[in-house]
This record gives sequence, structure tokens and C-alpha cells, in this order.
Amino acid sequence: MTHHQPIAALCALGLFVSPVYAATADDAAALRAELASLKADYAARVDALAARIAQLETAAANPQPLPEPPESPPPPPRDAQSSDTAFNPAIAMILGGSYTDTSRDPGDWHIAGFFPGGDEIGPGERSFNLGESELTLSANVDPFFSATLTASITGENEIEVEEAFFRTLALPAGFTAKGGRFFSGFGYLNEVHSHAWDFVDQPLIYQAFFGGQMAQDGLQVKWLAPTDLFLEFGGETGNGDAFPGTRRNRNGLSATTLFAHVGGDIGDSTSWRAGASWLDQRAEDRAYENVNDIGDPVVNAFTGKAQTWVVDAVLKWAPNGNVTRRQLKIQGEYMQRREDGALAYDVNGLDLGGGYRSTQSGWYLQTVYKFLPRWRIGARYDALDSGSSRIALVDDGTLPTDAFPLLRAANPDRLTLMLDWNPSEFTRLRAQYAWDDARADGARDRQFRLQYLFGIGAHAAHKY
Amino acid sequence: MKNIQRSVMPLLACLAFGLSAPAQADVKVLATTSDWGALTHEIGGDKVNVYVATTAMQDIHHIEARPSLVARARSADLVVATGASLEIGWLPVLVRESGNPRIQPGAPGYFEAAPTLRLLDVPTRVDRAMGDIHPQGNPHVQLDPRNIAIVAKALAARLAAIDPANAEYYAQRGRDFDTRWRTAIAKWEARAAPLKGVSVVVMHKDQVYLCHWLGLVEEAAIEPKPGVPPSAGYLGELVAKLSASPPRMILLNAYNNPKAADWLAARVHVPVVLLPFSVGGTPAARDLFGLFDDTIDRLLAVKQ
Repeated sequence: MTHHQPIAALCALGLFVSPVYAATADDAAALRAELASLKADYAARVDALAARIAQLETAAANPQPLPEPPESPPPPPRDAQSSDTAFNPAIAMILGGSYTDTSRDPGDWHIAGFFPGGDEIGPGERSFNLGESELTLSANVDPFFSATLTASITGENEIEVEEAFFRTLALPAGFTAKGGRFFSGFGYLNEVHSHAWDFVDQPLIYQAFFGGQMAQDGLQVKWLAPTDLFLEFGGETGNGDAFPGTRRNRNGLSATTLFAHVGGDIGDSTSWRAGASWLDQRAEDRAYENVNDIGDPVVNAFTGKAQTWVVDAVLKWAPNGNVTRRQLKIQGEYMQRREDGALAYDVNGLDLGGGYRSTQSGWYLQTVYKFLPRWRIGARYDALDSGSSRIALVDDGTLPTDAFPLLRAANPDRLTLMLDWNPSEFTRLRAQYAWDDARADGARDRQFRLQYLFGIGAHAAHKY
Repeated sequence: MKNIQRSVMPLLACLAFGLSAPAQADVKVLATTSDWGALTHEIGGDKVNVYVATTAMQDIHHIEARPSLVARARSADLVVATGASLEIGWLPVLVRESGNPRIQPGAPGYFEAAPTLRLLDVPTRVDRAMGDIHPQGNPHVQLDPRNIAIVAKALAARLAAIDPANAEYYAQRGRDFDTRWRTAIAKWEARAAPLKGVSVVVMHKDQVYLCHWLGLVEEAAIEPKPGVPPSAGYLGELVAKLSASPPRMILLNAYNNPKAADWLAARVHVPVVLLPFSVGGTPAARDLFGLFDDTIDRLLAVKQ
């Protein structure tokens, strides 16, 4: 039996294969027949479709039986199968860069009469510069928290954590808490990311009083009042590392910020927001290098407390509130800082020290006008008053006034004009010209800048 | 002493009343557009207190996340939005800044209309080179009244879920609205029958649902791509194209800048029809019924 099996299999194969060979003999005829049957099949289908269309058309022409749009649920998401990528956070990237032309050496730029606020400030370097590439990842963590990371990849090939914070989603009674590193909520402009600024750079008050934008490593709690008028109160505390404070190697709270904001509408066309903030910061050996009157290198260091008041206001107007064609934005802030403590003066190993007190202030006022759907023009005026510092080493005659050249009383100011073109929500090309009188010698720096900003990825939603 | 009592007692009574009133207060609703505001009124009647974030004169894509809106979001029990990324530039900020867990996306207090509907213009490819497109489909759904009927049902159910004490009230008003709305649709469709097949030029791709409903044929859009203003070169091409086969009318929304439409109208010699687009866009579009009455009146006036 078993030896017959291969023969049977061969026979079966022969039976199976032979029709194919037979068909090749009559190939054309078979294909013709197949084509004919296909034609008949399609003709029947086309007739059926035509009948359905006619039926639908008569139904649509007849208003009595109401045509209902398909009341079906939306199509399932493209990736309906279980997948880790479905939970990927929103990713947004901003690319920025500029061309800078200054009439004076940007290397010797400083704000006369004020403690140097670090190297994040000033007009930056000449010629082409890659700006910050800002990468933001954000998503809800769970029903209770959301998390956001904004990393800045700088032109110097460094990655900085601009912000990295969690935020509560489910606190009752209008409370929101935030923790990690975040831009402090004081004033108006501090929370605004650099790509959303109306000028290439920050107002002088931010550069002089906070060394740029102030980020806290700490905690923030905000409360929004249950009123139709916008009324928000907030408090922050952190490790105190942000200028004008320093890290002090202590447990507990090191810096406090309190702020309140109020805002509303005036008709359909105008909206506004105003605020007041107070910051209490501590510094320990906040040092800067300097050259004294006889050309010796000096290290000065401040230890003490810095308390700053900020008041801010912004008003926006657009005809009927339609911002696509025209919009006017007026914004201004005033800051005043009192510092009280001790100032060290270290030259050639000679370590002197004495009391230091100062009250310094400044303000800016700016206006930006969208005069065509894609074009905006803006002007900003900055002014600072260094006040007159009380330096004990000078008052008691130990050192001459010239020993502290950077702290000599001064009134720096600056005027800035800008024009930008926004072909879409995601592109901004800007030109800016500034007359900068910040330096101690009073000689003017003319600064011309071109800037590009491109946003890709998740659609950004900007704060007011 | 008696005098003081006499004057203080009514004051205290007033205060007590004022304080007790919020306990049985209306459902506070923040609607992103006047259309959803009007629909919430139709369903919610006097049990809802509706604040509308925008007007028909504003472009819903571009709204400032104003402090006043954050304040309204803070107290809202329900947000009624279009969805499909229409409000993406501002509503997420309001929800985030509100400190209000009731209206976070996913919560019962966050309602979007688009997920209840089948959207048109769903792109097969999503790329910003194509302009301001919406990955989920065209979000300007309110100009097809059959969509409103569907959203009304979902909204009535949502109001009932948020305010169970008045569930029957919302269901009753929902049924009542549905009956009136279906009668009105039949009337509008009968009146608008002559508009079928009429060729039109639109501003932005935001009359798609109106065209789809009434059988208007969209010949061209003045914006070359959604959200991209027309360049002089593009307008020139449009004139050349439309002069060969002129459309019957150019549709303009109340919130649009009429400049480009008027310019084109003067060259291809066709009338511009100003449409309310949303409740409040024209004086006659006082509510949802007025919106469609007026839209069809205006279209027919030019057709004749």
C-alpha cells in the first residue's frame, strides 16, 4: 500500500496540472470568456450604483424625509492597536538665530551703576549667531499632574534646562501648584519665553535687576479668585540661586516672591492686565571682577539682602477684538530694588569690607502695532536710575569713589525700534535698531539686528 | 436700638439671600463661540448661565487668552468648544490657567462638538506646508444645521450628566429643540432648493459645510491655502481663472476683511454676499434660527 502512494500522488499532480497545459492551448478563448464575464459583472455593479445615486438624488431633492448626515462615531484613531507612542508628549521646537551689527565692542558692554548681572545679558556677539533652539516636551502625567520640560540648546553647543516643572491639575478652589524649575511669575515679561518677546532682547530693567529672565528652582502656588474680574495671587519660594540672590548652602527657604495680577476687558475691543510683585532674595559673596582707578584687578562681593518691587501693566486693543488685521499692544513695567548688606573689596590680597546700601530703579514702556495682517512695528524706551549707593569704605575715607567704577551713579537709557513680518503663525522675521546708552562712558552704541524664529511641532498656545 | 435693628435686618436678609443663592445656582457655561452659546441657551434655558468667549466679528483661530476669559474658565462648570484644533491657540491656556479641575479635557465639564460629528476635509497628509490645516478635519461645522441637531443631543446629555437634578428639564428642552429644529431644516431646505449647483467663491475653507448642505459648488477660495492671505500673483491667477467661468457669487463672512473679496468682485463682476457665519454676525442672526434664516435670505437675494 505504502509504495503506491507516490504513484497516486503523481497521478493527482498530473490531473491537477493537466488543465493548465490544456488552457495554454486555448489561452485566448479562455481570457476572452473571462473578460466577458468581468464586463457583465461590472456593468451590473455600475447599474446598481447608478440606481442608488438616482435614488439618493430624488431623496435629496425631496425635502420631506429629512436627510440625516451619518450619525456615526468618529473613525477610530489611526493607531488603534496598543502602542506606547500613543502617549508621546507634545513636542514643540523653536529655532532662532540672528545677525548682529554693533558700533561698539559688545565685549565691553555693561550697565553703568549696576552690579553686573552675569553673561546672559547684553547685545551678544557680532555677525551671525545661532540663537537658542528651544525644545519643549509636555503632557499630562496622570489625572493629577502635568509635566513640561523646556530645554534650550545654545549656539555654544550647551544644553540648558530653561524650565522643567510639574503642575497640578486637580487642586480644588482655584489653586494651582507648580514645582521644579520655572520662570518666576512676577511682573509681566518674566514668564514669557524669548521666542514670544516683541523685541530681540529684554528690557534693560530685566537685564540689570535679574540678569535676564529669572527662573526659580522651587515651588509656586497660585490662587485664582472666583470672580468675573481676573484676580490672581501667587507665592514662590526656592533655593535662592537666581540673581541677585545666590545659593547659600543652607537648608530651608531662601527666596520669596509674592505677586498679584488683576485684569479684564473694556468692551469687545480692549483687554488689560496689571500687577504688582515683591521679591525678597539673599546673596552671599555675590562676586564680580573689576579694575579699579589705578588699574589693579579687584574682586568685589556683596553679601546681604535684595528686595525688589515690580509693577506691570499691559493693554491690548483690536477693532472688535479681531486681532488678525490690526492690533495695538502697550506694555510697561517699573522696578525698584533695595540692597542692604556688606561689600567686600579684594585687591592684591588686601581684603577690605564694609557696609553697602542702595536703592535703584528703572522702567520701560513699549508699544507694538500690527498694521497689516502680517506686519508689526514696535518701539520701546528703557531707562534706569542707579541711585547713589552708600558704600561704607568710601564714606569713611578708606577708599576713593573711583575704587568702584561700576557703581558710580548713572542713568543708562536705550531706545529701540523694531519691524517684523509674520507670514504665518509659525514664522517671524524681524529687524531691530537700538540706540543704547547703557555704558558708563555715555558713548552711544548703535545696535542693528536681524532675527529669525521658526516654530515646528505642536501648536503653541501663548499666554496673554 | 430698634431703629438699628430695623435697618440692619433687611440688610442681613439680603446678605443671607445673596449667599444662599449660589447654592442652587445655574450651571456656568463658557462657550467658545456664539453658536455654541446660543445652542446651550436653547437646551439649558434658565438653568444655565452662559458666557461666550468670542463674537462673530472675531476669527476663532486667533483669540487672545485674555485675563477675563481665564476668570470665566475658573468658575465654569462646563466648557463648550468646537474642538478639531479650532481653539488650539487659546483654549488650552484658559483651561490650564483656570485652576479648575471640572473643565480639564476628559472631565465631564469639557465638551467638544467635533467628536460627535463626521468632519469634512479630513486631510490624508498633515503638513504645515499646506497652510493652517486641521488634522481632524474642517472644524467650521456649525453652518450645516444637521450638525447642530447632532451636537444638541450630545450637549443635552452632557448638561444632564453635569446637573442631574435637572436632567429631565434638559431632556425635555432637547426634544423640543429637536422638533423645532427639524421643522426649520425642512423649511430652509425647501427655500434653498434653487441654490443647488450654484457656483461660489469662498474666502477661507470655512463654508464647506454650508456648501455641502445646500449643494453650492465651491469654485475657488480666495485664500490660496487655509490661513494664508492671498498674494497679488495668486489673485491675478484667480481673476484669469474666474473670468473664463464666472461664479454666481463670492461668499464673505462677517469677520473677514472685505478687501480681497471686493477687489475680486470688481474684476470678475460678481456680487459679494456678506454672511453672518455665526450668531451675531448680522443684526438678523440673533439666534441659531436667525442665523440660517438670514444666511438663506442673503443667498437667495443675490441668486434672484
